[in-house]
Amino acid sequence: MGKTVLLIEDEQNIIEAVSFILSRDGWDVKTHSNGHDAMGVVRERCPDLVILDVMLPGKSGFDILKDIRADSALARTPVLMLSARGQTKDVEMAERAGADRYMTKPFSNAEVLEAVRALVSA
Amino acid sequence: MRTDAMIGTRIRERRVMNGLRQSELARQVGISPSYLNLIEHNRRRIGGKTLLQIAEVLGVEATVLSEGAEATLIAALSEAAAAHPEAAPELSRAEEFAGRFPGWAGLLSEINRRRDALERTVEVLTERLAHDPQLAASLHEVISTVTSIRSTATILAETRELEPEWQMRFHRNINEDSHRLAEGAEALMRYLEAAPDTGAEIKSPQDELHAFLEAHGFHFPALEGVGGDAGVGPLLDRAKALETTPARALARDVLDEYRRDARALPMDVLEAALAQHGLAPDRIARQADVPLAVAFRRLAMMPEAVTGPVGLVVADGAGALLLRKPVLGFTIPQIGAACTLWPLYQALTQPGVPIAVTLHQGDTRVRALAVTEHVAPPGFDAPVLVRSHMLILPEETGEAQAAARTVGVTCRICPLGDCNARREPSILSAGV
Repeated sequence: MGKTVLLIEDEQNIIEAVSFILSRDGWDVKTHSNGHDAMGVVRERCPDLVILDVMLPGKSGFDILKDIRADSALARTPVLMLSARGQTKDVEMAERAGADRYMTKPFSNAEVLEAVRALVSA
Repeated sequence: MRTDAMIGTRIRERRVMNGLRQSELARQVGISPSYLNLIEHNRRRIGGKTLLQIAEVLGVEATVLSEGAEATLIAALSEAAAAHPEAAPELSRAEEFAGRFPGWAGLLSEINRRRDALERTVEVLTERLAHDPQLAASLHEVISTVTSIRSTATILAETRELEPEWQMRFHRNINEDSHRLAEGAEALMRYLEAAPDTGAEIKSPQDELHAFLEAHGFHFPALEGVGGDAGVGPLLDRAKALETTPARALARDVLDEYRRDARALPMDVLEAALAQHGLAPDRIARQADVPLAVAFRRLAMMPEAVTGPVGLVVADGAGALLLRKPVLGFTIPQIGAACTLWPLYQALTQPGVPIAVTLHQGDTRVRALAVTEHVAPPGFDAPVLVRSHMLILPEETGEAQAAARTVGVTCRICPLGDCNARREPSILSAGV
């Protein structure tokens, strides 16, 4: 079994597409689709990488990222953030919150694969 | 300097402009050159027949000499100059320009006002793009759908030996997403098409409120007396100047307060008090047992036939101007903060303490009375909220001119030098 990627995203068809390409690349993909109990799933799964959407129902991706960085057991988990917002201030906010990579929608499948491979091998 | 005290200067300027010698003008009018010299240096008062004769010889209306160009027009020209300092306009000759070419000066001021309105339009639209939650949600929906379509289409196009069940699932997803995208794009277009017409003027809610108040002369007979409570709704329904919801909300607040004030100090009681005390809001307030701010607002909202010219400025604790009723040529800025030397701001530091000051602004002198009232009852568990009121009245006769406080309109167009209250350089002194 490959390393685990937890994809937290509320768009079902994006979940299916990204899960498919990562699974084909050998990753064990777990998914979750809302913000308010996402942190519990991260603690339960202890993934090798989290892919985190910013705009989630219940709790924003930025807040979840802060919780991850504040949890000593998870603080070093790589996090790839996905967002429709690509302004400089959004990227800076993600960096301040501790994101390892910030990717703007609409992304390509190749970009996602490259980022996941790079973050987990780093 | 008082407006009428500038008559001599205007006569001199106009005479020089016409290429007329002092002795020649004196001869045509039938006065001695030495007397005309005293008039031109503002050392003799002039009016009546002599003024009419001089005006006739100089080929101008007597009011051009007696009143000069309208203060608001000159202020508008100064604001236009402030916006384009690189053009280095001759600011010291703004009054002359407005007096000689009032049509052109009016056009210039209108163009500047239009430019301000368009800049505000850009600000409104920028703000809308940045913070409008509906627009943000619509765009997010469209971008998410595009992301899904792009990712799914790439899988279908580039994955070899894709199992039929995955093929079917992704085809179905693309079909769903294409419908969502179409709906999202249509919703976005509908929303953008329903946005304010950017070709038309976008006014601030405050502009709309003041257009509405000015259209009614700041007086609302329908809210006076018995049955006045029912008048607010119909007034708002008929108000063409109130185009936006925020402007209507502002107007409703003003009218509700007007109605409360009218109940506390009815018009007949006010008129009787005026007849007894004259324009003395403190005595009127005491007699009617109402707060001083209520007397201020009632006096400012009466027809001029009842009170004579009475202006009012109301500011909140942050100094933002909430209500502006200009009068007597005392200029109040349309945008931004006013001169901090106005007692309006002094009153904010002494809530409840009434202040009376004679103000000298340009050629205008007025009597200003200020007081601050609590917006809500003060308490230990909430910030103190206050509003300051400044009533603008004609200067009292016989009052010593030396007691007047020299003030400006707003720093950017204020010529006063060595002012401790200055918050930014003036284009009139620094040329920046």
